[in-house]
Amino acid sequence: MPTRILHKESLIPGKTSKQQLDAPQIARKAQPGHYVKLRISATGERIPQTIADTDPEKGTITIVYLALGKSTSMLETLGAGDVIHDVCGPLGHATHIEKRGTVVCVGGGTGIAAMHHIAKGHALAGNHVVGIIGARSKDLLLFEQELRVFVDELLISTDDGSYGHKGLVTELLHDRLEKDKNVFEVVAVGPVPMMAAVAETTRPFGVKTTVSLNPIMVDGIGMCGACRVTVDGKTKFACVDGPEFDGHAVDFAELRRRLAAFREQEAVSLEQWRVSHGD
Amino acid sequence: METKNSKIPRVDMPCQPAAVRRGNFDEVALGYTPAMAIQEASRCLQCKKPLCVTGCPVEVPIRDFIGHITQNDLEGAYRVIKTTNSLPAVCGRVCPQEHQCEGKCILGKKGQPVAIGRLERFVADTHIAATACEQVTGTTACAVPLKDRKVACIGSGPSSLTCAGVCAAAGLKVDVYEALHEPGGVLIYGIPAFRLPKGVVSTEINGLRGAGVTFHLNSVGGRTVAVADLMQEYAAVFIGVGAGLPIFLGIPGENLVGVFSANEYLTRVNLGRAYDFPQQDTPAYPGRHVTVFGAGNVAMDAARTALRMGAESVHVVYRRTRAEMPARREEVEHAEEEGVQFAMLSAPVRFNGNEEAKLCSVTLQKMELGEPDNSGRRRPIPVPDAVYDMPTDLAIVALGTRSNPILLEATPNLRLNARGYIEVNEETGETSIPNVFAGGDIVTGAATVILAMGAGRRAGREIVKRVTN
Repeated sequence: MPTRILHKESLIPGKTSKQQLDAPQIARKAQPGHYVKLRISATGERIPQTIADTDPEKGTITIVYLALGKSTSMLETLGAGDVIHDVCGPLGHATHIEKRGTVVCVGGGTGIAAMHHIAKGHALAGNHVVGIIGARSKDLLLFEQELRVFVDELLISTDDGSYGHKGLVTELLHDRLEKDKNVFEVVAVGPVPMMAAVAETTRPFGVKTTVSLNPIMVDGIGMCGACRVTVDGKTKFACVDGPEFDGHAVDFAELRRRLAAFREQEAVSLEQWRVSHGD
Repeated sequence: METKNSKIPRVDMPCQPAAVRRGNFDEVALGYTPAMAIQEASRCLQCKKPLCVTGCPVEVPIRDFIGHITQNDLEGAYRVIKTTNSLPAVCGRVCPQEHQCEGKCILGKKGQPVAIGRLERFVADTHIAATACEQVTGTTACAVPLKDRKVACIGSGPSSLTCAGVCAAAGLKVDVYEALHEPGGVLIYGIPAFRLPKGVVSTEINGLRGAGVTFHLNSVGGRTVAVADLMQEYAAVFIGVGAGLPIFLGIPGENLVGVFSANEYLTRVNLGRAYDFPQQDTPAYPGRHVTVFGAGNVAMDAARTALRMGAESVHVVYRRTRAEMPARREEVEHAEEEGVQFAMLSAPVRFNGNEEAKLCSVTLQKMELGEPDNSGRRRPIPVPDAVYDMPTDLAIVALGTRSNPILLEATPNLRLNARGYIEVNEETGETSIPNVFAGGDIVTGAATVILAMGAGRRAGREIVKRVTN
């Protein structure tokens, strides 16, 4: 249904924003790990967005996106008071959360926002939450303050060393797993290469590793199979079997290839929109 | 009389020429003119004990509506159809009449059966309902709304629309919850516009709206709205959530870029209107040499859609022969006229990718027919050493669907059968949860529009009986 944007905060100017949407029905049901499908306009494509936060009492959900293709670029032109044509959800399986000790939640890019919701769920369940987040540089780092509200520890890395550890999140993760044998689970949300690297980092330690996958989806309600991923040699549908899977069993190379299936059309679509919008 | 009428050929349906229509998404079959309809209707023998109606899942009084056509009384014909069929413009176009009403027609024994589907379509398209009440029920005397008795339907495909229509006609307030952003279910995302124009579907939906049915879009049964929540608010709940996860072939290479389910390909083109990309944002994958796996109506729809999307060649690959294809005969003929080719007695072994892991060919095993199997059809068996590659850059798999898990997982007290579909009382359509009904593909597995409508009608009548008593 048409859904109003109540609040918008720019996180990286022109690139990434946080939007709070008036979606009481979804907010009441949404759990960490869930996503929604959005359609920005009447001619729009159905795109998945992981829910970054909810406020069931106020009836709001929060999304954070990177303006990359036409749909997200159009979304970035909208602000508080504007309406998103369609918002549908919550979809996917919720994250499995139980109180077990120390969990490390790793996030990269806009995946930090999606990871935030999962980390918050673990914190509310009473787990000791270690957040590890990274970006190319300090000004591209998302959701640090939001995470600090509830995480027990927050480790930060930047590629250029402008903030925190100079290097990759996987280096921080590796150090942590060397020193701390009590970590029962690692959660990773972010770009595919990052999630793949996290899975390779944790594999020698034998720590359960959960990744939240972002394949192309069309309906998002278990009808089309666009989102199929290979997990442990078997085909799974991320929309209804996931979106979270065992990171040690996911075929990340296949996921990367499938994510690029419509790259040419995506470029055409974005270019056509840019021309018609004069930038 | 019987002999004479069976010798009169049935009146052909005018169609767009194949060479023209393969370049557009406009409807292929153009419909009868009034003169054609009367001529065809006059072939009907007006049997004392008509067999045609026994082949109709919703028991349309076929003889009677055809009788009205011969009298040029289209309003009368419309009312007769509407007593049992709420979506005649849809059914006249997509029902497998040759296996149903027309398959039973006595004229078919010696000649060609009466073109019942074409006549039904003619009546529905020509007589425009004056009011929403008439559109939904065929009468002008709809029940006074019983405002405090409400019914919820989950899904807005053929079964739910029919159930909603039956309930609305009895004066019940109906709320329909649809997961997608547009109502109509398979009529919108699945069946292409060249076979069922979107305007036909929206006319029916607007009729329901006029009769007091409210459509809530982007509302996923089991997620946005739980069955348990709806039971608090509504006197009865009908579950018609339709088809689920597509079945794939289970062969190597199936996740290569370029291999799609028919559901995805058709949803992109139909619901997403990818034929109008980039004016519409949803793209379809471009294929020059397309292969389609399966031989049902969905396979024909996918093959014909691929032609219209600009494919240079389209092959339907099937492990049996033409005679065993489950698709409507007319769809197979239309597909062939348009240039779809048939690679019969061929079974896919694996999909092959190029250096970028994009699909470039499929390896096929030649088959021959052996002894009949459980289905009564001759079993295809591999011909030794007869394996060949067919170049293809877009493969569309149309092998049917499994049950959709979303609502079922969220409603654990709903009893399922061994195949994972909802178990219902055959007479009433009621599930293991009292006053919760179900029908359509989520009960039967993938079936036809008309069977889903039959289930919606059965449940709707039971709901009306219970709620209004």
